[in-house]
Formats: sequence, C-alpha cells, structure tokens
Amino acid sequence: MLTPEEWTAVALSLRVAFWATFWSLPAALAVALVLARTSFPGKGLLDGLVYLPLVLPKVVVGYLLLVMLGARGLIGQYLDAWFGIRLIFTTAGATVAAAVVSFPLTVNAIRLALEAVDRGLETAARTLGAGRLDVFLTITLPLMLPGILSGALLAIASALGEFGATITFVSNVEGQTRTIPLAIYSATHMPDGDAMALRLTVVSIVLAFGALLLANLADRRIRRLVGRA
Amino acid sequence: MIEVDIRIARPGFTLEAAFSAPPAGITALFGRSGAGKTTIIQAVAGVVRPVRGRIVVDGTAYFDADRHIDLPVERRRVGYVFQDARLFPHMSVERNLRYGERRARVAPFIGFDPVVDLLGLRALLGRRPHTLSGGERQRVAIGRALLAQPRLLLMDEPLAALDEARKLDILPYIERLRDVMGVPVLYVSHSIDEVLRLSDRVVALAAGRVVAAGPVAEVMSRPDILPVVGRFDLGTILESVVVAHDAAYGLSTLGFPGGELRVPLVDVPVGAPTRARVRSRDVALALQRPEGVSVTNRLPAVVSGIRAMEGAYVDVEVAIGPSALHAMVTRESLDRLALRPGMPVWALVKTVAVDSRGASLSPPDDPGLIAQG
Repeated sequence: MLTPEEWTAVALSLRVAFWATFWSLPAALAVALVLARTSFPGKGLLDGLVYLPLVLPKVVVGYLLLVMLGARGLIGQYLDAWFGIRLIFTTAGATVAAAVVSFPLTVNAIRLALEAVDRGLETAARTLGAGRLDVFLTITLPLMLPGILSGALLAIASALGEFGATITFVSNVEGQTRTIPLAIYSATHMPDGDAMALRLTVVSIVLAFGALLLANLADRRIRRLVGRA
Repeated sequence: MIEVDIRIARPGFTLEAAFSAPPAGITALFGRSGAGKTTIIQAVAGVVRPVRGRIVVDGTAYFDADRHIDLPVERRRVGYVFQDARLFPHMSVERNLRYGERRARVAPFIGFDPVVDLLGLRALLGRRPHTLSGGERQRVAIGRALLAQPRLLLMDEPLAALDEARKLDILPYIERLRDVMGVPVLYVSHSIDEVLRLSDRVVALAAGRVVAAGPVAEVMSRPDILPVVGRFDLGTILESVVVAHDAAYGLSTLGFPGGELRVPLVDVPVGAPTRARVRSRDVALALQRPEGVSVTNRLPAVVSGIRAMEGAYVDVEVAIGPSALHAMVTRESLDRLALRPGMPVWALVKTVAVDSRGASLSPPDDPGLIAQG
C-alpha cells in the first residue's frame, strides 16, 4: 500500500504529534490556570505572547525558532554546548515546532474548560475540609477533563498538519523532519509524485477522522464520568 | 456559643451585624432578599472576608480583624448546605457523602450509617447526582455537610429551590437533624413558616442590620420587625399546646398562657407544642363582648401598649393573661374607641385567619419519618 518512504513519514508524523502534545499539555494546563485564575500586572502581555503563534505566519514562527534555538541561536548555542541538544534537522526540532504552533490552541481549549467549572463546587469542597490543591485535584481537574481532552485533540491535529514552522525551522529531512505534510510537499515537486501525494493525503484524512472519532468516543465516556451526560 | 460581630462593605451594600447564637438548636437568620443573611453565613464559612470585626465559634476565633486571624475555609469545620446543593457531579452519592468524612480533622462523632438512615439515603448511595430529584439532592447535601463532622451547620435557604410538596418532604428531616445530631445550625430563610416551624431563635435582618434577635416567638411578635416582614405579615406568635381536636368541624383548640384559640385543624397530636401565628391585621378590638358575629375567638384582654405606625395604622398591644397579642387598627378607630393603656377590651380573632401549620417544636418520635421520601 505505502512505500517504505511513506511509512517513515507517517510514523514520524505520529511520533512528532504524540510527543509535541505530551510535552505541551502540562505547560498549557499551567498557563491556562494562570490566565484563567490569577491577575497580575503584565498578564495582558503573557496573554498576547501565548496567542502570538496563532496569529503569526507559521513561517515567521519557524524563523523565530531558528533564530532562538538554531545551532548558533540565542538559546540554541547553549543547548548544544551544555546539553548536546541539537534541534536543527532533528525530530526533536520538528517536535518543538509542532508544540509551539499547537500551544495556543491547547491553552485556549483548557482555559475555556477551566472557566466552565462551577466555582461553587470548589467552594463546597473547601467547606468540606479540602485544601486548595486537594480541591484542584479532586474537583477542578476531573471536571476539566473534557476540555483537556479536546485541547489534546487540537494539539495532535495541529501537530499532524504543521508545515510552515517545521520546514523553516528544521528543514525537510527524510526520517528526521519529513512529516506527512512535508512529504506531500516534496512529492508534488517530483515528476511522478502524484500517486505518493494522493496516498499520503488519504492517510491524512484517515488519521484526522480516526482522531475525531476517538475523541468523540472518549469525550462521551468522560462526560458520563463527570456527570454531564 | 457562636458570636458574630462583623462589618462587610461591598459596592452599594454595607452589612453591619452583631449577634450571638447558642451552641445548640437552630438559629434562623431571617429577612428579605438583600438583607445580608447569606453574606453573614458566607463570612462565618470564610468565603467572604469582613473588613473588620470577629467571628468566634465555641471559643475558636474564625476571624478576628484586630488579631489578624482569618482561618481558611477548610479548617473552620462548618458544614455548608447551599441553596443549590452543589453535589459533585463526577461522584456517586456515596462518594459525595464520604468526601467531607474522609477529610474530617477530628475523630468522627457523626457516623455514616446514622446519617444515611436519618436522611433516608440508603437507596441513593450508588446513584449519580444528575439522576436525583431536587429534594433528594438537598438531602444528600445535608448528609455530606453533616459527615464532615462540623462544629456548626450553615444552611442557606436549603428549601428555596424546591416546590411546596418537596419542602414538606424535607422539613421533617431537618427537624430530626436538629433533635438528633446536636450540631448547632444557622439557618437562612425568608419564609416565616420555615422559621416558625424549625428554629428556636431568630436574628431578624433588614438592609444589612440586625433589627431584632432572640427567641422566635418574642422576636417574631415584635411590631418593630416591620422592615423585615412588611406591614401585612406583622403579628403575634403564641407558643401554645394542642388541647383538643374537633374532627367533625375540622378544628383544633390551642391553649396558650392566658387563653385558648380555636384554629383550623393542626396536624400534630393533642399535647404537642405548636406555634400559632396571628397576624395583627386579622385582630379586631371591641369594647363589649360582641354577640351575633361569626368570629369564634373572643378573648378578654387589657390594652397594654399603643404604638403609632406609618400612615393610617396603629399597633395596639393587648394583654391576655401573661400573653401579649398585637392588633393593627386605624388611627381613626383608636380615637373612636378612645383606646388607652389599661382599658379592658375584647380581642377578636377569626379562626380561619390563624396560621398554625408551621409549627412543630419537637416533633413526636415517629420512626415512620425515616421511611418517607
């Protein structure tokens, strides 16, 4: 069905999407908490910064990543010198690009979920003897689960589809950074790449659809679990 | 002992309230909406912070502005029953009930099984909150608050969201809780019936101020709680006892110190204590004992006080033996009858005007109550 080269791209896409989501989810949860529940001077700035990757051209995001995290970038040179971490041309770099681009979507989904949690329930839990952390873990977090799930789905979907930032930041290296969108892009530049582009397009659709179905299923189960059904 | 002396400032609303409540029984915080009742129990719970003052419960300072004490909500050991139940939707009834129990900071003195039996929750334990009726939810919320082993139970109009039939279902449970559990209760209500039926003491509030506080019959009989109840609901509460039932006519006779009242049939056995409420506007005064009128209750009395009210009305207090009864008459009638303190009069009370359904001080020990609901 698929050529080895295409399988590589598919497997890479899944890996990148999984890890990008895995790392960005806790950070997104923390940022959403700060944005939804605290107020401090400069909060507007943080708010803007978080949503910046959403409104900037993805190529600009990729270029900024290159400038900061590239081999001689502001942060990148120390990453290499101190930890031996190289992001350029690597899967780790592709994962970073996907995570950064999907971050605002994830934060937004989680933030909406957080704002939908009835604070009266949290107050009730506190009158029953639960401290703040206890309340968060036993009341707030479980009630946010549907939102966290939809945030994760958005992150996976956007990571699977990430193109501009990835190609600008970590280029188009087979087996390292050539995810499905990049492979399709490459295929369209090859004289006989139409079939490959088409096959990968089908794979994209199947993946996207599968993710949606899975999310739908999980969402219904979670909603029943948190008593909203 | 519960001592509250606080000032809370909000845009457009200032609450300045001081009162104390005994360490047992139900103390009602009574007033119209916006009077500050809920704000007070929120401050007791620690959800709202006063700008100054103190809140002390059983010698423990919950809040003391001068000493910079502000105990966190979770360490106050208050069981809070909210108007909207606030059950945790992602937990079963049993897990809701156990939530506070597991987190109790003291050796449990209120057990799971007694609470489940008291509130009739056995059959609901495995259910989820969204499958419960409003009345069931409120019962679970009461149980959950009790199982947190509270020093004090705060109930914020727990019946307000329920229809009349559901209210009547829940009232016996609250009465049993009062009689069995030994936890003092601050009970917020705007309903005279609820206050008369459930509480021992009342703090009457209007516009963020305490208008009167004390035993229910005493406070609710005072003419100066006018801003709390309004002119039409001013009246006298007579602590009385059922003397006899007359099933044929559907009437009961209540005895109170100094006299008797014929009232519509009361749903408690003979000998049971009952609070009869006679609205001042339903009491007429006569200089002679009137004959040939339909009014059944004609009570010999002596005018003991006259108090001008706004507009055309006057509050006349008459003594019937050791009891006092208030009549609202017009200034014109006052002048026409030339009423003055010390004058003997007849107080006339229509039987149908006496409200004695909201009255059950210590309910008869009826195990059937548990099975209801």
